[in-house]
Amino acid sequence: MSATTPEQTGVTMQATEGSQTIRLAPNYWPFVVPALVVVGAVIVFPWAFTLWMSVNRWTLGQSRSFAGMENYLRLAGDPRFWESLVHTLSYTFLSVVTPMFLGTVAALIFDAKVPLRGLLRGIFVMPMMATPVAVALVWTMMFHPQLGVLNYLLSLVGIPAQEWIFNANTVIPSLVAVETWQWTPLVMLIVLGGLASVPREPFESAEIDGANAWQQFRYLTLPMIAPFLMIAVIIRTIDALKSFDIIYAMTQGGPGTASETINIYLYNTAFSYYDIGYGSAMAVVFFTVIVALSFILLMLRQRSQWADAEGK
Amino acid sequence: MSSQLLNRIGLFFAALVFVSPAILFFLWMISLSLKFEIDNGAYPPILIPERFAWSNYAKVFEENNFLLCLWNSVLVTGTATLLALLIGVPAGYGIARLKAERSAVVIMIARMTPGLSYLIPLFLLFQWFGILGTLWPQIIIHLVVTVPIVVWVMIGYFETTPMELEEAANIDGATSWQVFRLVALPIAKPGIVVAFILSVIFSWNNFVFGVVLASRETRTLPVAVYNMLSYEQVSWGPLAAAALVVTLPVLVLTMFAQRQIVAGLTAGAVKGG
Repeated sequence: MSATTPEQTGVTMQATEGSQTIRLAPNYWPFVVPALVVVGAVIVFPWAFTLWMSVNRWTLGQSRSFAGMENYLRLAGDPRFWESLVHTLSYTFLSVVTPMFLGTVAALIFDAKVPLRGLLRGIFVMPMMATPVAVALVWTMMFHPQLGVLNYLLSLVGIPAQEWIFNANTVIPSLVAVETWQWTPLVMLIVLGGLASVPREPFESAEIDGANAWQQFRYLTLPMIAPFLMIAVIIRTIDALKSFDIIYAMTQGGPGTASETINIYLYNTAFSYYDIGYGSAMAVVFFTVIVALSFILLMLRQRSQWADAEGK
Repeated sequence: MSSQLLNRIGLFFAALVFVSPAILFFLWMISLSLKFEIDNGAYPPILIPERFAWSNYAKVFEENNFLLCLWNSVLVTGTATLLALLIGVPAGYGIARLKAERSAVVIMIARMTPGLSYLIPLFLLFQWFGILGTLWPQIIIHLVVTVPIVVWVMIGYFETTPMELEEAANIDGATSWQVFRLVALPIAKPGIVVAFILSVIFSWNNFVFGVVLASRETRTLPVAVYNMLSYEQVSWGPLAAAALVVTLPVLVLTMFAQRQIVAGLTAGAVKGG
């Protein structure tokens, strides 16, 4: 897609001509071309190359041969891949729903006149800026079954000690807790942006009509911030599907393969087993899953907007 | 009057409940990094120890390669960010003026693509070029992160700056380059600051590119910390200290530039749909 259109349109000509009828638009293409070249080299080229690799039998260090759809068929019959897809979807579902709920409530609180709002919001935003590997490292210590502070805190309220990320049954919810801790602030910021755009007047008339706080939220606030909630859902879905740092640094997909998402399996295939062809096929399928889910969510958003427009 | 006061106190406590996981996490991180091994292994856990283990931090910097990794991180993030600004600011301007919103789809797709799918082909390419032992592979691949951020923020910014001045300069005979450099760019300075900060943060935090591409001499800080966790049985104190050192620059930046970061993220996110 590296379009070669740096036509040297005479930008200076318009000044001399100076006619009111013909106004030659300044040429903006040269500004975009360097970025197009870079995007072509580091984004578009890898894509084309991945597609090509995915139809080849290719393990690093061995010879390459054309394989057709073999890698894709192998993927369809690979139980470990299906298992990782299930892990990915459950991880993503939980990592969207929990931050969405908490982030929306937090936005409603921070939208009100809270004392020390600036300071508190500043601290609230910090987790999402912190380096994920550093975050993962400290959470790993906190999850430690014997010495971890979390089991101590649980013991204070009489809950028995958990094994957190060290048990196949609790590893995904534990990782989701870290993901939620880190990314609830982004949801909060997006929803806060939505709340800032909500007009005051409808609430004043609702107040006069005797609507209570819940009714005001349910029938006024919620519909008005719905587009923002949808954007937050889409961004959260994309990010949760792609999540790598936290999972890899804390469990590497373990115990066993209990927290192996597609992204982790893809990493292992390509960079532990050096099975480049198979890994590329997996990357293509994974990307298709992400685009498909985002597309469905975008369609839902469009439909809700039309429904809104018809309602008015 | 008093019910209003009660309301505000209630709100404050509600906000405190939501902020407390962040406060407790960072407090605990600091506590871990300042305790000796005995205190870190104590049950019940100790928040504030009697003696502070400042030596944990000394140990981190004595760790072979830690300063080198710090320098690598600075070089990779710095170069990738500067290149991204050099390329991305004019591109954002061009796209905003061309009203080529559709080109933003490319950026959206870049956001959807998992980092690993860039890594396989580029890894092979770097291998063929024989530059795997240098920092260049990481600098180049970090552009995947930094260029979209800069272009994204700058499109949003240039769309909101007024056109009248630029049109006037055009009529006075300035070339597009002059208009950009002398009229558009100075107005866009706050936008560039936002793009710079976000680009630095996300490049600095990046882990997956380094874990694949870095060799012993070209490790960035996140990879160095990860390696400490996995390969060496270091005690918790120095580990937590290392984690804190890695993330401290980002946290300080977040504290000082909170308003810009929030503005940039929400603008980008909200346009993201």
